[in-house]
Amino acid sequence: MTIEYLIIGNSTAGINAAEAIRETNNTGKVTIISDERIVNYSRPLISHYLGGKITEEKMIFRDREFYSDNRIELQTGRKAVSINPGRKTIVLSDNTKIKFDKLLIATGGEPIVPPIEGKISMPGIFTFTKYDDARQMLDYMKKNKVKQAVVLGAGLIGLKCTEGLLAQGITVSIVELADRVLANTFDRAASEILEKELMRNGCRVLKNDTIVRVEKSAGKFAGAVLKTGRKLKADMLVIAIGVVPRIGLAKGTQIKTSRGIIVNDRMQTSVRDIYAAGDVAQAADFLSGGKSVTAIWPVAARQGRVAGYNMAGKSTEYSGSFAMNSVELAGIPTISFGLTNPPESPEYEVLVRTEPENRFYRKIVLKNNRIVGFITLGRIERAGIFLGLIRERLNVSSYKNSLLSDSFGFLLLPSEYRKHLVTGNGIEV
Amino acid sequence: MQGKHGEMNKTSKKNMKPRRIVLREEYCIGCRLCEVHCITQHSMSRNIIKAYRGTEPRPESGIYFEESGPVSFALQCRHCDDPPCLYSCLTGALYRDRKSGQVLYNKDKCVGCWMCIMSCPLGAIKPDFKNQRAGSKCDLCLEAEFPACVANCPNEAIILLDENGQRMLKNDD
Repeated sequence: MTIEYLIIGNSTAGINAAEAIRETNNTGKVTIISDERIVNYSRPLISHYLGGKITEEKMIFRDREFYSDNRIELQTGRKAVSINPGRKTIVLSDNTKIKFDKLLIATGGEPIVPPIEGKISMPGIFTFTKYDDARQMLDYMKKNKVKQAVVLGAGLIGLKCTEGLLAQGITVSIVELADRVLANTFDRAASEILEKELMRNGCRVLKNDTIVRVEKSAGKFAGAVLKTGRKLKADMLVIAIGVVPRIGLAKGTQIKTSRGIIVNDRMQTSVRDIYAAGDVAQAADFLSGGKSVTAIWPVAARQGRVAGYNMAGKSTEYSGSFAMNSVELAGIPTISFGLTNPPESPEYEVLVRTEPENRFYRKIVLKNNRIVGFITLGRIERAGIFLGLIRERLNVSSYKNSLLSDSFGFLLLPSEYRKHLVTGNGIEV
Repeated sequence: MQGKHGEMNKTSKKNMKPRRIVLREEYCIGCRLCEVHCITQHSMSRNIIKAYRGTEPRPESGIYFEESGPVSFALQCRHCDDPPCLYSCLTGALYRDRKSGQVLYNKDKCVGCWMCIMSCPLGAIKPDFKNQRAGSKCDLCLEAEFPACVANCPNEAIILLDENGQRMLKNDD
């Protein structure tokens, strides 16, 4: 009998799972369900699209041939609305029922909308996580000759959106509740360097503040009132304060959820033949040993792959995730890993090198002589070596003093590690 | 039926193990000829003099060369079985070649998000900031019988293994 593999979600977790299933099982039926209409696209690239830097074509990360070559059936334009774990069926938005033997929930995340007074679903207010969001924003900007925008949230989504808007010649005011930008990604020093650059690029950055009310004029968004009483006149508002796992499908079923859908080290949920991966999953955390949602692209890809192998019967263990980001903002490339802003404690040792005149900053966070956090700003070449050192939990005490030097490379690393890498199969993300 | 089966094998990764370059650092004499020949091989003219004369754009080598005192070695992409760069790539610019199993790179798709730079634990991909894209990455010299660095390493420090991990010998080896 043909095994039916069903995947809800057509982004990197879902697609990697489908790939992994096909690598392992040549005969099963693999179906991917997506509520969007496009063949697939890379969500992190919508800011590039918003900025007019790339076309729709370039956002597609697996072409149509990928599906036919791997005999993956892609069903777009209908949303999965419910799961019946007992009967092993799902129901789509048009009431179609689909049976499965193994199911993957890879529904990603959805934007958080904060409590703001006044009706916030009005023309001119957007969230920014999907291709459609970027398209609708561009359309609105053109029709309404938008000149000024407010972005609520100075995290990665908010700042990437800001970049897109700036590229379209729009003036941006960023409103952030914390006392600095990218508070969850960087430490204070790195945040300050980026904030300065954003301001040099014409952004207004309003910290320690948030929007309490929105104003409407002629049926559309016209301005925001902040907690401090300040009024911002603007033509559009983007709410970018973060995403939460899209766990609606699991609610009311036996599938256990907390912040996200809880999965074990095989990406399996509390229901035997149902798996979850990507931004919706709450999975092993590499650094804390607990379970966390790590909503980033490479983690989603890896989790999808692990889920796919296990679904197809090839037992594969997930080794845990930690934050890793590569973002270029205001012309400064940055890469960061893990715990970038550790609590004040003798447990942590921090190494810093800073050259403001070169817009270069690098920080390494150590715990028990092992790297657990890393920031580099301005120079990113070979940053992945540090990711490898974190993954392998290598004791760096013998070359700690060289970690920040310009000549740092494999020559300084223990020869066994070097040989393991250069002759072995590398390290997983 | 036979044909169809062959088709399936083409897409199955089990049959896609690539050849692999291995470095024996104790043999490396630090001559850097691997870099010279990598650049030449990836230049327009593929001529060592022209590639270096400045009359044509000189490509970056796909090699990171490290040297300190008596120890030196050249490092290039290992075409991992489980390539982090490929899984991190936002655009699909990095892909696994169906025939050879090599991890290759489509410059036209790349937008320079630097996820590959972030995720490669070897630090084997060079960024090209001028063109905002991943700059150079070993392609095992594609169709060549031996990659240029292997073919021109005078002391057999850089060697090539076949799909089964067996050393591939050059004529003069």
